[in-house]
Amino acid sequence: MKYKDYYAILGVKKDAIADDIKSAYRRLARKYHPDVSKEKNAEEKFKEMGEAYETLKDPEKRAAYDQLGSHAAGQEFRPPPDWEQQFAQGAGAFDDIDLADLFAAFGQRPGRRGGGPPPPMRGHDFEAGVSLSFAQAFNGAEIQLQMNGLEWDENGNGRRVPRTISVRIPRGVTSGERLRVPGKGGAGFRGGPAGDLYLEIEVADHPLFRVSGKDLFMDLPLTPWEAVLGTEVSLPTPAGEVSLKVPTGTRAGQKLRLGGRGLQRGSASAGHLYAIVRIEVPSVVDEAQRDLYRKLAATSNFDPRAHLEREAKL
Amino acid sequence: MTVVVGQALTVDEQGTLSYSELVAASGLPAEVVQELVRYGALVPLEPEAPAWTFSGHALFVVRKAQRLRTDFELDTHAVAVVLSYAERIEALEAQLRELRAQLG
Repeated sequence: MKYKDYYAILGVKKDAIADDIKSAYRRLARKYHPDVSKEKNAEEKFKEMGEAYETLKDPEKRAAYDQLGSHAAGQEFRPPPDWEQQFAQGAGAFDDIDLADLFAAFGQRPGRRGGGPPPPMRGHDFEAGVSLSFAQAFNGAEIQLQMNGLEWDENGNGRRVPRTISVRIPRGVTSGERLRVPGKGGAGFRGGPAGDLYLEIEVADHPLFRVSGKDLFMDLPLTPWEAVLGTEVSLPTPAGEVSLKVPTGTRAGQKLRLGGRGLQRGSASAGHLYAIVRIEVPSVVDEAQRDLYRKLAATSNFDPRAHLEREAKL
Repeated sequence: MTVVVGQALTVDEQGTLSYSELVAASGLPAEVVQELVRYGALVPLEPEAPAWTFSGHALFVVRKAQRLRTDFELDTHAVAVVLSYAERIEALEAQLRELRAQLG
């Protein structure tokens, strides 16, 4: 079993009073709790603190923890010979157990409480973050997760059991979305149901397509003459190239809709793909072209700022 | 090492949950789930029906409630207040993502 220095994790002294431990935990929880924090690796950091606090706030667990003696963090160690007798009867072998799981089982171990047969216990829920490429999110994917979730062993102790779980992700999922995989958490104990697996989805940005709900947006750069005269362009979409008609007199910022080319979720109708018009101008023009622009400037009476003066009047 | 295959469900695919299913999945005591309903943090699909049912979204609400309650040592009323802020932040973040997508 690897030693963890719970006092150091919370940043308190070994003789800290309960109130100081509570304050230290609360200060850190406010900063790192994944539900309120945007800090990087908040989840991992918070897990450690939660674990440390869970043990140190409980006088019985704290006393048992103190009896383990002082070791370097991460160092392999064994509890003193009489420790199991005194604190953790039935905990079994200590070799492959996590310190947190050992303390989490305090007071829950079968046989410690009297009265009636012990009730069935539901399996632990597992949680995992899943990073998908844009194509995986668009098409759906089957992914493999290496889990090391907490499971009940035959004595009702928590053990980390490595498992590979293959999960089918439905098409059309987006960043921040949470999915549930029923029954794929830890196994139940004494006939209790299995826990569930919860996934939080993160979809990598695509260089062209941007996701908004079930719609997609992309930029469509046009030349000034294409925008004025209209044209037909070949446009890449996630499901292959399509031909898009650009009407005459298309303005910058206009959204041209390609119906049903967005994300498809379940059997609901698909979202749309919108091509947002950008009008690009060449940065270098030769003399002949410059002449053509000058001729255009001389003959055109188009004034895009006509409304400015009118609307600026207070 | 065993390999198991599971189907991930979105909130919409989740279907409705009975009150007891929701309590079991939440890890919360039943009376806390009832309190969350009383405080309006959790809304049954038909509040007047003899047996409550909930949308798939409720599942994620109660799980968050459980984390907040345990990790911050909050009472249920405080949990309900934090949940309403969290929901507003999530809605604003979603709106921000959508606007960013539209602006490019």
